[in-house]
Amino acid sequence: MGVISVSELVKTFGGTRALDGLDLRVEAGEVHGFLGPNGAGKSTTIRILLGLLRHDSGTVRLFDADPWRDAVSLHRRLAYVPGDVNLWPNLSGGEAIDLFGALRGGLDRNRRDALLRRFELDPTKKCRAYSKGNRQKVAIVAALAADVELLVLDEPTSGLDPLMESVFQDEVRRFSRAGGTVLLSSHVLAEVEALCDRVSIIREGRTVESGTLTELRHLTRTSVTVETERPLTGLDRLPGVNPVEVGDHHAHLEVEPQHLAALLSHLLSFGVRALTSTPPTLEELFLRHYGPGPDPAATSTPVGAVAPAGPAGATADRRGDR
Amino acid sequence: MSALTGTGSLTRLVLRRDRVMLGLWLLGLPLLAASLAVSMADIYGGDQERIGYATTATSSLVARVFNGPIHGTSLGAVVATESFLTLAVLTALLSTFAVVRHTRQNEETGRAELLGSSVLGRHALLTAALLVVVGANLLAAVGLAVALVAAGLPVTGSVAAAAAIGAIGVSFTAVAAVTAQLAGTSRGANALAAAALGAAFALRALGDVLGDANPDGIGFTSAWPSWLSPMGWSGQLRPFGDERWWVLLLPAGLLAVAVAVAYRLTDRRDLGAGLLAERRGPAVAATRMLSPVGLAWHLHRGTLLGWVVGIGLVGFAMGVAVDEFDDLIAENAAAAEMINQFGGGDVLVDAYLSAMLAIFALTVGAYVVQALLRARTEETDGILEAVLATSVNRITWLGGHLLTTVLGATGLVLVGGISTGLGEGLATGDPVGRMLALAGAALVRLPALLVLAGVVVLLIGLLPRAAVPLSWAALLLFLLLGQLGTVLDLPQRVLDLSPFTHVPAVPATDVTALPLVVLTTVAAVLVTAGLAGYRRRDLTT
Ligand SMILES: Nc1ncnc2c1ncn2[C@@H]1O[C@H](COP(=O)(O)OP(=O)(O)O)[C@@H](O)[C@H]1O
Ligand SMILES: [Mg+2]
Repeated sequence: MGVISVSELVKTFGGTRALDGLDLRVEAGEVHGFLGPNGAGKSTTIRILLGLLRHDSGTVRLFDADPWRDAVSLHRRLAYVPGDVNLWPNLSGGEAIDLFGALRGGLDRNRRDALLRRFELDPTKKCRAYSKGNRQKVAIVAALAADVELLVLDEPTSGLDPLMESVFQDEVRRFSRAGGTVLLSSHVLAEVEALCDRVSIIREGRTVESGTLTELRHLTRTSVTVETERPLTGLDRLPGVNPVEVGDHHAHLEVEPQHLAALLSHLLSFGVRALTSTPPTLEELFLRHYGPGPDPAATSTPVGAVAPAGPAGATADRRGDR
Repeated sequence: MSALTGTGSLTRLVLRRDRVMLGLWLLGLPLLAASLAVSMADIYGGDQERIGYATTATSSLVARVFNGPIHGTSLGAVVATESFLTLAVLTALLSTFAVVRHTRQNEETGRAELLGSSVLGRHALLTAALLVVVGANLLAAVGLAVALVAAGLPVTGSVAAAAAIGAIGVSFTAVAAVTAQLAGTSRGANALAAAALGAAFALRALGDVLGDANPDGIGFTSAWPSWLSPMGWSGQLRPFGDERWWVLLLPAGLLAVAVAVAYRLTDRRDLGAGLLAERRGPAVAATRMLSPVGLAWHLHRGTLLGWVVGIGLVGFAMGVAVDEFDDLIAENAAAAEMINQFGGGDVLVDAYLSAMLAIFALTVGAYVVQALLRARTEETDGILEAVLATSVNRITWLGGHLLTTVLGATGLVLVGGISTGLGEGLATGDPVGRMLALAGAALVRLPALLVLAGVVVLLIGLLPRAAVPLSWAALLLFLLLGQLGTVLDLPQRVLDLSPFTHVPAVPATDVTALPLVVLTTVAAVLVTAGLAGYRRRDLTT
């Protein structure tokens, strides 16, 4: 039995079907990325796991117990950082941290102080004076200073600057090395790539992919736009390159990371005037791979659009794995 | 680009955002004034009653503290004096909140940054807010004047009385323009302006208490402290007396100075920063706040303290007034009749005290609703989500707020009784005895408050989205049934809807146990049902 096991989970809000048969399985000791565009149902799933919402159908188990009925005892074993951290405006940050610690059943004071220093958080400021990022730090410090087996993090870094994000990643790794389990929801692919052993990708309330990062590597193609002095040729012979749009002196390509070097050296021989390369956003990936009906990206890709495995096939494969 | 670029479009934005609020203000204030004027025309219809009122307003220190000076014995003079405090405080607060909402609160929420990055001058935000709020005050004053004239009062006096209220609005618009630059948060800016209002009240009260009574015993000349207070200026305008229009130059001057100061302050500070440093808190939490009940107490106690002071002061004043009350009643049959109906007894002083305690109970009802709804606000604000993800169970959490609220309400009811008893006892002898007697009488009202608390808990548990408006609606209903029920001759079945109808009108009548037991049982049932619903439902933001 895993730490979290969810299957066929359904949750409706009035007419909206927020979760529509979602599956999620997190094993002890792993850092599990929970990916999906905004509105996919990540927060709803997490709130059901925390016994804040009831579910309509399907099964949800947390530490092999019922998260609604056994909420109080289960919560001693986990710490949660909400996506949108809100605090009591007239308490100081330090008071809020201590309060969450005490309500959870105690916290490690030395760890707390060390974390405050690492995150450069002033605990004497009133919560109403904190920015979003600082409120998030309060919740992160409170969670990391707790002595728990599971961290549930809902887009925890959306307000942090890059420096703090790397401190956060360090701390999550340290927690994981000590044997802890992490569920990290995010819509930022890079963050998940940096931290997670396994990933579940959801969209519109369903799990569309689940597996290790290597298994999902085909999703992370870099998009390259280039302008050259001489006309471009021979692009379609390069391995791992998907030409999206190719003109005489310019091209928009997608390339798998391991073939990026080969592509660049090929391009250099045409005299590069300008080049930009960006990792695809998750939203783009979803549009391209799982878009409903006519896909705006697909209709504008006249040249050799390579259709990857459809959602049904991919999902079925992954599910077959377990 | 000048410092005022964009003021026009910002003004339209402010008007749009506040259109409902402004509508309520511009219609509500004149309506309130008109209804006060009409009801006072009833009570103070006769010469004898008005002379009695004016004499008391001059001789009674309590009346001087709360109502300020009176100028003659005309109905207009009585109306202006009697409705002054209500209209003045309302206007001052409406103006303050409106200015802060469109200046400091904009900066706080980052809206100003968004606006500031487009083509806007440094002073545009403040200027737009000031234009709208000063404009609203002028229009409200016109409305007030029309309402008073429509209620049958003479034109000149009505215009002066309306101008006196408008002047207070303009003065506190000016005050808020400065406090919004000083404080770093909208809460802080509002609090500073409210403190200024308190100081203005205190200075005026002091000046009026020290004032010399006129030889004929009607009216008095305020001492100099009144002239230091924007609230004092309004009395010095002498509406319905011999009007001194030049006094209106004082608020106009204050506005000019305040705008100049506020502009200077905006120039010298960063967007979003205040000039006063935000107060800091402890780095480590005190142990006693580290539990649901401890935290609820910590969160409630500031508000509760304010209530204790307010109710204590009013109670004391009402108690002292018992002594003067006998004279007033002797002179005014209509007032006696009203108090008798409301207090429900025969002995007039006991009826008066019972009426006071009933009003205190309803006032404490506002505390109960406000304090308990904090549990719901924490849910909508998203604070509760993180709390319930710890090992706190829901019943303990809501129970903590309920327990704190009930203890607070008990304390407030007692403070109301004790302070009234102290005031009365000091004026008439036997303070300890009166304190004990009225504390007991006040406590009899508690079961009705428990039912109100039960209604709020039930709403939070079963109808979370409607809990805030419905809770206030319930209190308003109870208030209206209590205030207007007998006046409108409503059938007993309707009056029985309010738990406050059922508490014995002690000290005017004897205590009977049955209604108290029934009310407490009803409260227990409501709370149980509410908690059960709360435990079973989704967290609802
Ligand atoms: N309390 C609610 N009431 C109504 N709809 C909701 C509520 N919470 C979430 N939803 C809807 O459910 C869907 C999933 O939302 P959410 O779980 O917050 O997505 P994510 O966290 O992945 O961005 C969205 O369409 C959202 O609008
Ligand atoms: Mg979310």
